[in-house]
Amino acid sequence: MGDLEAFRADVRAWLEQNAPKSLQGQLGQESVYWGGRNPTTASPESKDFCEMCAEKGWTAPTWPKEYGGGGLGQAEERVLQQELARLRLPPPLTGFGLQMIGPTLLQFGTEAQKQEHLTKITRGEIRWCQGYSEPNAGSDLASLATAAVLEGDEYVLNGQKIWTSYGDVSDWMFVLVRTDPDVKKQKGITFLLIDMDQPGVEVRPIKLISGFSPFCETFFTNARAKTKDVISGVNQGWTVAKALLGHERTMIANVFGSAGGRGRSQGENPAVALAKRYVGTDETGQLKDRVLRDQVTRVTMDTLSFNQTVQRNADNIKAGHRPGPESSIFKVYGTELNQRREELMLALRGPQALGWEGPGFEPAELAQTRSWLRSRGNTIEGGTSEVQLNIIAKRVLELPEQ
Amino acid sequence: MQFALTEDQAMLAQTATAFVAEHSPLTRIRALRDAGDELCYSPALFGQMAELGWTAIPFAEADGGLAMGLSEAIIVTEALGRGLCPEPVLSSIMGGAQALALAGTPAQKNTWLAPAIAGEKTIALAYQERGGRFSTAAEGTRAERSGSGYKLAGEKTIVLGGAGADVYVVSAQLADGLGLFLVPAGASGLTVTPQKLVDGRNAAVLALSDVQVGEDALVGTPGGGLELLDDVLDRATVALCGEMLGGMQVAFDMTLAYLKERKQFDVHIGSFQGLQHRAAKMYIEVELARSATMAAARAIDEQNPQAKALVSNAKARCSDAYILIANEAVQMHGGIGMTDEHDIGFFIKRARAAEMTYGDAAYHRDRFARLSGY
Ligand SMILES: Cc1cc2nc3c(=O)[nH]c(=O)nc-3n(C[C@H](O)[C@H](O)[C@H](O)COP(=O)(O)OP(=O)(O)OC[C@H]3O[C@@H](n4cnc5c(N)ncnc54)[C@H](O)[C@@H]3O)c2cc1C
Repeated sequence: MGDLEAFRADVRAWLEQNAPKSLQGQLGQESVYWGGRNPTTASPESKDFCEMCAEKGWTAPTWPKEYGGGGLGQAEERVLQQELARLRLPPPLTGFGLQMIGPTLLQFGTEAQKQEHLTKITRGEIRWCQGYSEPNAGSDLASLATAAVLEGDEYVLNGQKIWTSYGDVSDWMFVLVRTDPDVKKQKGITFLLIDMDQPGVEVRPIKLISGFSPFCETFFTNARAKTKDVISGVNQGWTVAKALLGHERTMIANVFGSAGGRGRSQGENPAVALAKRYVGTDETGQLKDRVLRDQVTRVTMDTLSFNQTVQRNADNIKAGHRPGPESSIFKVYGTELNQRREELMLALRGPQALGWEGPGFEPAELAQTRSWLRSRGNTIEGGTSEVQLNIIAKRVLELPEQ
Repeated sequence: MQFALTEDQAMLAQTATAFVAEHSPLTRIRALRDAGDELCYSPALFGQMAELGWTAIPFAEADGGLAMGLSEAIIVTEALGRGLCPEPVLSSIMGGAQALALAGTPAQKNTWLAPAIAGEKTIALAYQERGGRFSTAAEGTRAERSGSGYKLAGEKTIVLGGAGADVYVVSAQLADGLGLFLVPAGASGLTVTPQKLVDGRNAAVLALSDVQVGEDALVGTPGGGLELLDDVLDRATVALCGEMLGGMQVAFDMTLAYLKERKQFDVHIGSFQGLQHRAAKMYIEVELARSATMAAARAIDEQNPQAKALVSNAKARCSDAYILIANEAVQMHGGIGMTDEHDIGFFIKRARAAEMTYGDAAYHRDRFARLSGY
C-alpha cells in the first residue's frame, strides 16, 4: 500500500468514526460552516465537525502546521476531499479567511502577522470579509477613496465600502484604503486588516434581487486599525490586492467547476435527473424534448471540458510547470457556465421555476428561483467578465492597449 | 488520468512541430492544390514521416509498431494540422489501418498493416454512403456469401485517402449484421473515382459491382462489424481532433498577429475592445478543445469505460471551436481574408471538412446523450 493509500485509509476510518452522522449526505453548500465569533450556522454539529477537523489540520490541509494547517501536499488534499465527498460531507470550514486572506498572508504576511491571524482562521474563530469595492470604485478598483490617516500607532479610517459580502456577520475585514492621494492611484493604496467590532464601523445590509441580503454597505467614521496590521508596507497594497484577487478568482471558478463535476462523479448528472422528472422520456429512454436534450448535453459537455481544463492546469503545476495561461480563463468561463447551468435548470422545471414563496411549489423549486437570480452576480463579483476578458486580451494574448 | 506531458511526449511535440514547420509551409499546401494531382499529397514526405516513426506510433510491437497510444498520436496529428499536411496519417494510419490493428488476422496484418506502417501502402476506410450523413449502418452495401467467400455490391462516398489507396476496408451488410471487408485496389468490379473536396484533400467514390473477395477478406467476425467500426472511428476521431487543434491554433495565431499589425483609425485593430473580447473567447475555446482532446486520447489509452462519451465530447468541441475560430479569422482579416491569395482561407475550408468528418457536433452531442443514457 502506497503512502497515499495509507493516508486514504486513515482518513476514511477517522471520518466514519468521527464525522457527525447528521452532516453526512449534506454535501450542498447550506450546511457548510463559516465560523466566526457569532456563527450563523443552522446546525451545532457543523461547529463541532470544524473544530475536530481543525485539531487534525484538515480545515486548511496544505497550510504549514505551525499556523494550524495540515502540512499536507496537494495529492493528500485531494484524497481528503474525495473522502469527504464519499460520505457526502460538507467541507469542515469555508470562508474568505481560508480562501482569500489566509493564502495572501502566507504569501505576504510577517511572521507575527501569520502567528496572530492564521490559526484563528483555521479554527473558525474569526470570520473575514472583503472591503474592496466602493460606490465609485468597482471595476476601476484603484480609484478607491476611503482614507486612512496615521495617528500614533493607529490608522484612522473615513469613507465607505459597498457590496461587502457577509459584512454583517464578519469579525474582521481586509480593506483597501488610500494612504497617499497625491501619487498615481495604484501607488497610494494600503492593504489593512481591521477589527469590525468598534463604534467607528457601521454595516447596513443590502437586499439582492434574490430576496436575500448577503452583502452590505460598510461605513467608516474615525474607525481605527493598528499599524501592525498593514500587510506588506504602506502604499504597497495594490500588489497584495491583486494577488488576493487571484485567490478569489480561483475560488469562484473552483466552486463552479466542481459543482458540476462533483455531481457527476457522485452518480447521475443532476440536469439529467431533473429533465427525466420534469420533461419525461420516450419509450427508448431518451428525453422527449429534443431541444432541451441538446441543451442538457451542451451544458454537461461544457462542464466536462471545463473540469478537464482545471485538472490539466493542476497536473501541469504539479509537474513543476508554472500555472499556465489557461488558468486565466477559469473565472470567466466557470461563472458563465454556472449561469447557463442555472438557466437550464429553470428551463427544465418550466413554470414550476417561477415560485417566490408559499403554496404550489416544492422547497427545491423555490430554492431554484433564488439560486438562478443569485447566479447573475457570478459574472460581476470578483471582477466582471468584461474585466476578465480585458485581462486575457492584455496579459495572455498581449494585444495592444485600448 | 494525467494531463501533463511526459518528457518523451514533450520531445515528440517539439520535433514533430519543427519537422512540419520546416517541410510543410502553407506554400506547399497551395502548390499541391494548384497542381490538381489526384493523390493530393506527397508520397515522398509521407515516407519521411514513416521514417520518423510517426506511422508506427499507435500499433503493438508485435505488429511492428512503437506500442505508444493515442496520447502520442494526437501530438503528431496536431503538428500535421498546424501545417494542414494532407499526408495519409489520418486516413490510412489512423483510419483503415486501425481496423486491422484491432481485429486483423496475422496474415492480413502481414499483407497490409506492415507495409502501411512502413509508409509503403495505404489503407482507406470506406464506410460512408451518399444520403446517409454520418451513419455507420452501410444500408446501401450488401455482402452475400458466394463460393468460399463473399460478393460485395454497393457504393461508398467521400472515402478519405481513397484515390490511389492500395486496399479498402469496406463496410457491408451481411445476413446477420455488419461486416468489414478488405477489398484491394484493382479488384474486379471495383471502380474508384476521385472526388474534389472543398479542402483539397484526397477522397473518392467507390462503386462495388459484385466484387468477389475470399473468406480471408473479412476483418473481425461476421456481424461484428458495427462494433469494430465504432471502435475504429473512435480512434480516427481522436486523431482528427488532434489535427483540428493544430489547425485552429495556427488560424488563431495568424489572426492575433494580424490584430497586432493592421492599423485603422491610426491604431492597431487589436486595440479595439470589440475584437479583444472575441479574441479572448476564441482563446478559451482552443484551451477547452485541447483539454477535451487530451482527455479522450488518454481515456482510450487507459480503456476507461467513459472513453466513447469523451471522444464525442472532444469531437463536438473541436468542431465548434475550429469553425468559430476560422469564421472569426476570416472576419478579422477583413477583405483580404476573403481572397484566395491569403492563406487563412485554407483554414476555413479545412475546418468545415474536418467538422463533417466522422460526425459533426450535433451528431456527437446526440451520441454523447445516448451513451449517457438519456
Ligand atoms: C454577489 C456579489 C458579491 C460581492 N462581494 C464583494 C465583497 O465581498 N467585497 C467587495 O469589495 N466587493 C464585492 N462585490 C463587488 C464587485 O467586486 C463589483 O461589483 C465589481 O467589481 C464591479 O464593480 P461595479 O459594481 O462598480 O460595476 P462597474 O465597474 O460600474 O461596471 C458596470 C459595467 O461596466 C463594465 N465595465 C466596467 N469597466 C469596463 C472596462 N474597462 N471594459 C469593459 N467593460 C467595463 C462592467 O463589466 C459592468 O458590466 C460583490 C459583487 C457581487 C455582485
